[in-house]
Amino acid sequence: MSDVLDKPAGSPALKIVGSRPIRPDGADKVTGRAAFGADFNMPGQLVGRVLRSPHAHARIVSIDTRKARALPGVKAVITGADFPDVASEMHDGGESASNLRDLAMNVMARTKALYNGHAVAAVAAVSAAVAEAALALIEVTYEVLPHVIDVEAAMAPDAPVLHPHMFTEGLDAKPTTPSNIAKRNRLGRGDPDQAFAEADVVFEGRYTTQAVHQGYIEPHACVASWAEDGQCEVWSSSQGQFMVRTYCAKVLGLETSSIRVTPAEIGGGFGGKTTVYLEPLALALSRQSGHPVKMVMTRDEVFRATGPTSGAVILVKFGARSDGTIIAADVELKCQAGAFAGSPVGAASMTALACYDIANFSITGWDVVTNSPKVAAYRAPGAPIAAFGVESALDDLAHKLEMDPIALREKNAVRDGVKAAYGPKFTNIGFLETLAAIRDSDHYSAPLGRNQGRGVAAGFWFNVGGESTAAVHVGEDGSVAVVTGSPDIGGSRASMAMMAAETLEIPLDRVRPRIADTASIGFSMLTGGSRTTFATGMAVVQAAEKVVADLKRRAALIWEVAEDQVDWAGGAAHCLDPGKDVGPLTLGDIAAKAATTGGPITAQVSLNAQGAGPGFGVHVCDVEVDPETGHVTVLRYTAAQDVGKAIHPAYVEGQVQGGVAQGVGWALNEEYIFDGEGRMENAGFLDYRVPVASDLPMIDAILVEVANPRHPFGAKGVGEVPIVPPLAAVANAVRGAIGVRMTDLPLSPPKIRAVLDARDG
Amino acid sequence: MARVVLPWDCRQFTGGQTEFDIEADTVRRLISQLDARFPGLGEFLSQKMAVAIDGEIHQDAWSSAIRPASEVYLIPRIGGG
Repeated sequence: MSDVLDKPAGSPALKIVGSRPIRPDGADKVTGRAAFGADFNMPGQLVGRVLRSPHAHARIVSIDTRKARALPGVKAVITGADFPDVASEMHDGGESASNLRDLAMNVMARTKALYNGHAVAAVAAVSAAVAEAALALIEVTYEVLPHVIDVEAAMAPDAPVLHPHMFTEGLDAKPTTPSNIAKRNRLGRGDPDQAFAEADVVFEGRYTTQAVHQGYIEPHACVASWAEDGQCEVWSSSQGQFMVRTYCAKVLGLETSSIRVTPAEIGGGFGGKTTVYLEPLALALSRQSGHPVKMVMTRDEVFRATGPTSGAVILVKFGARSDGTIIAADVELKCQAGAFAGSPVGAASMTALACYDIANFSITGWDVVTNSPKVAAYRAPGAPIAAFGVESALDDLAHKLEMDPIALREKNAVRDGVKAAYGPKFTNIGFLETLAAIRDSDHYSAPLGRNQGRGVAAGFWFNVGGESTAAVHVGEDGSVAVVTGSPDIGGSRASMAMMAAETLEIPLDRVRPRIADTASIGFSMLTGGSRTTFATGMAVVQAAEKVVADLKRRAALIWEVAEDQVDWAGGAAHCLDPGKDVGPLTLGDIAAKAATTGGPITAQVSLNAQGAGPGFGVHVCDVEVDPETGHVTVLRYTAAQDVGKAIHPAYVEGQVQGGVAQGVGWALNEEYIFDGEGRMENAGFLDYRVPVASDLPMIDAILVEVANPRHPFGAKGVGEVPIVPPLAAVANAVRGAIGVRMTDLPLSPPKIRAVLDARDG
Repeated sequence: MARVVLPWDCRQFTGGQTEFDIEADTVRRLISQLDARFPGLGEFLSQKMAVAIDGEIHQDAWSSAIRPASEVYLIPRIGGG
């Protein structure tokens, strides 16, 4: 194995970034060796199980655990009484702030159960059978309360109130009565009323979506151990080991230094693993029992007790001139937050009109608590919901104006120098290029058959940077370990290794990426917000650059020349001093002399990355509607996205394809269905229908590269934009196929059949 | 002086005004000056807002530089999935 890259000295061409090597985690995953959350075990561990509320809304009058505790094999039983009171304060646990009191009460109910599935007690026992038996012996007395799940019903003045202490924020006048409306937010510009009055064409629509789950295949799982000296260990599957550490410390009243969290391999997250559910319970059970405790959710629990994203109502109104210039817009978004405040309505509001340059607009968002699981992040939180309404309305506006839907979008598209609807001016964006990529694609002009339709839609996501740490360690043989604190949920290990190899100018197979526990690397925010390749990648590159500088210093020492007489190229130091007749020193050569030139060769960089470039996507989708059954078949799908620079194009394409697949499921099949008592009726993959491979065509990805100058290689976040356009792209295609606008997701066969029946009389 | 634009949420502190000309060369100084003018606004901005300087979003970045002609937007913090 060579440690010298076959690259001419001084060449600026990229050798590794932009290529498609085999993923470093590939062999472990295809052989089953990769250890996911549920794969970890400890000697003497107990099995933890959770008792969950059967009611959507109930006061907990009493909990009697005596019979459960008396059952042989039961080692611990906990309820809300075993947790400290946590003050209501916002705390940043690794990406965006959460209310710690709400977080603690979501982990374990105190005086009220706020949704079907809310944890009310937990046990640890010597076996799953004993733990299950113990749950059945816990006697909970409930006072069942009226519940509300529909977002508009929850906003009504006579709705059952979930939190008597909640008063709506953001109103013009301070409210005097509690409400399920946690907050109103507003954005605006110009004079929409006047502009609507001057418009040649006005179109408005009302759109609705249901709560949908991220649908990660791996359920939440962890093992936790609380030692006699108060030191805690957690092994769990999450999007951020530091997030788990912080939240466990806050919920349990510990110092973060008392907890070490080791990240497991993660079997999907998509935003759903950006908070904690089991980890604090497992720690509390371990403290009480004196044994490690393992907890693994069932699929039923994942659906009932972890965060989906919001169901929503979206009202959209556009006013345009006859040439297609949109001069006015009004958007109102009402989003379910679940049991505690904090729906993604803020981001939904900010993204709703982000693709378009509109002089006069008003956007109003409502964050509404409901008796359903507290929502969690889901890829570009809120943006797909807003885009479903806005992009559906734009499609109808295009029909009304008799314009091509891409031409309408191009006429109104944001570009560099235009102010985003959420305020600042855009720079280095590629929305027009992305629209052009779809307009010029073979797909867009391909003929359609009977009962077939084509839809286009656009989408936007900010992308973020944030705090990351990376270390680069050079072994004595010149091989390199790249260590980060960022769990790999979408291929980031490959991109970290590639960026390090590119910077060090060594072959990729000499670099091994690792993800460290919370005691072994500096703080990193969780993997989310499409930030890891951008922010953690920046830390990796800077650490690798420090290593290169150190290698040059050491080579100068070996050659006894000034440091500025050493160049680094092709993975080796080259002496520029004409008086020295020496050959290059490779990384391995220098590493072998590390002890004599200053000790271990290593560098660590912690940073707070700024300047993440926003991403835009444009999708085109062809569907065929079966008039007999109402079933929709997605025939062809092409997604174009501005990705800045694709570090590993195959992974970027995979991100695009994955986002589209989830968006198609959201559009056609997925929804939380509740019975009259507020209990989820379809808490399993048989009845909650996510798309599988046979449901989807090959999804073609077109990568548009408008570089982000703030990243060493020009990268922008890529993981979230792809789920934004599909809801509307599919709905617009269905409209094309059946000639009728459907506004309520999912577009399931019974709904389509009903529309066809109405259409055909 | 930099032109600073606050979002709707901040009207509760400013009595409705959302645009200001402020002399500050860093985000930290900008927040301090706004807090001095509208007590409580600084903490609100620190907890809930990101800063867009000439179109580039900065989050938790007190040392980020602001130029005299910069256009600065305070926007809600952004997370993601």
